[in-house]
Amino acid sequence: MTETPHDITLTLNGTPRRLSVPARRLLSDAIRHDARLTGTHVGCEHGVCGACTVLVDGQPMRSCLMFAVSADGAEITTTEGCTTATGGLGPVQQAFRDCHALQCGFCTPGFITTITAFLETNPDPTEDEAREAIGGNLCRCTGYQNIVAAVLRAAQIQREQSQLQGEQGQPA
Amino acid sequence: MKPAPFDYHRPGSVAEAVETLAATGGKVLAGGQSLVPIMSMRLAAPVALVDINRLPGLSEIEVDGGRVRIGALVRHRQLEQHEAAYAANPLLRRALSQVAHPTIRNRGTTVGSLVHADPAAEMPAVLALLDGSVGVVGKTAGERTIAAADFFVGPLESALQSDDLAVTATFPTPPAGTGSSWIELARRHGDYAMVGVGALVRLVDGAVESARVSLISVGLTPVVVEVTETCAGAPYDRVDWQAAQDAIVAAIEPEGDIHASAQYREHLARVLSARALQQALDDGAAKEAA
Ligand SMILES: Cc1cc2nc3c(=O)[nH]c(=O)nc-3n(C[C@H](O)[C@H](O)[C@H](O)COP(=O)(O)OP(=O)(O)OC[C@H]3O[C@@H](n4cnc5c(N)ncnc54)[C@H](O)[C@@H]3O)c2cc1C
Ligand code: FES
Ligand code: FES
Repeated sequence: MTETPHDITLTLNGTPRRLSVPARRLLSDAIRHDARLTGTHVGCEHGVCGACTVLVDGQPMRSCLMFAVSADGAEITTTEGCTTATGGLGPVQQAFRDCHALQCGFCTPGFITTITAFLETNPDPTEDEAREAIGGNLCRCTGYQNIVAAVLRAAQIQREQSQLQGEQGQPA
Repeated sequence: MKPAPFDYHRPGSVAEAVETLAATGGKVLAGGQSLVPIMSMRLAAPVALVDINRLPGLSEIEVDGGRVRIGALVRHRQLEQHEAAYAANPLLRRALSQVAHPTIRNRGTTVGSLVHADPAAEMPAVLALLDGSVGVVGKTAGERTIAAADFFVGPLESALQSDDLAVTATFPTPPAGTGSSWIELARRHGDYAMVGVGALVRLVDGAVESARVSLISVGLTPVVVEVTETCAGAPYDRVDWQAAQDAIVAAIEPEGDIHASAQYREHLARVLSARALQQALDDGAAKEAA
């Protein structure tokens, strides 16, 4: 069977990318293989592990459970997009570093995107809420303690930054 | 593994979607949270997919006195967080919060879960407990409403035909004085439950007027058991659920698998049913007092 290619546009971390993909191309593979953004990881490829989680129009979704063609026109944020405006470590990334919240790092991209979206709706979470927020992401190394700490630390970094912004009257 | 090749269609209207289903023999792609994993594991290889995600008019939640009605593109999360739907029928949010993880709920649709008809899924059991229905448009059978009692035919089998599109689901609001609850036990939070129970208990003047439960993972479809006869008339602070538990255990046919033996599932059904009924009763009593 020859497969008809579909021309699609994904806005990947703010940059529109035109891709030509067969219908069965998973969004995770389109991001990794076609757009060459390999930060997004693929673990189980059936929705269970969370490593492939990206933000689709701002909401965390499993990129291994979507077809790229179905996401045509969407705004996608991957872990590469969770940085500061100038490309430095974003608050969640910084918090992971501060708290040693990764070991092998395989699961990390899915955590970074999930937590980034979570803190938008809940900028001051309790520890219980932090645990609940990462409940759909598996990590085989860390034992989760430091990841929970990183959620709280990221919230703290964000608060400090917005306080600074307020004092200086300009974006950080 | 990767899914097998298929032809992709993205119709612009319900009528076109139904025509395309009939013409191609393809399957509906809604949230894909059940269909894509099945395709990736090569347990299914549909020749064509009909992507309904851009169909207009299917993302609405309507709440009025008697019911909550959702369109086929309402995501689990959207219904879970809908305040008017929660106020009308808190059972919806209680059960939805147990469906997978928030990330899956952001994409998966509640109607898709009904059509998928997994006997371990929460929302089919909720629809059955509430005597709800599914609105369908089909090429062969036309437009119709299918009652929950006729909708769930077997494991992963609904009453839909291959050229049918489910367009709405309707969850009737229980009468005043009715309390509800959802309880389940899973190996890990977010997994499919080993057993789950939804309960409705209606109180009138401080006494039980009616009670029913709906169970998951203990049969080929959701199992609804009417237990009113075992407890009707009992004053709300002195209800004994023993007879209800016996009736429930007699009605289920649990099977054993890697997650739990049949015997353990029976035990869970007994214990969780009493808890769910008591919680629904307390919920109803709190409403009566308010
Ligand atoms: C890791 C993981 C954990 C999960 N845990 C749970 C859980 O605990 N409980 C639970 O209930 N579910 C769980 N799910 C499944 C989830 O709820 C799915 O969203 C739901 O079962 C299907 O909805 P969907 O919109 O994704 O449908 P799809 O996957 O797109 O479709 C499922 C099936 O229904 C058909 N279909 C869908 N919509 C329509 C329609 N409108 N008309 C006609 N046919 C249609 C499709 O053709 C397909 O056969 C889990 C999924 C994952 C990946
Ligand atoms: S790779 Fe997508 S959830 Fe595991
Ligand atoms: S750091 Fe290795 S899996 Fe999480």
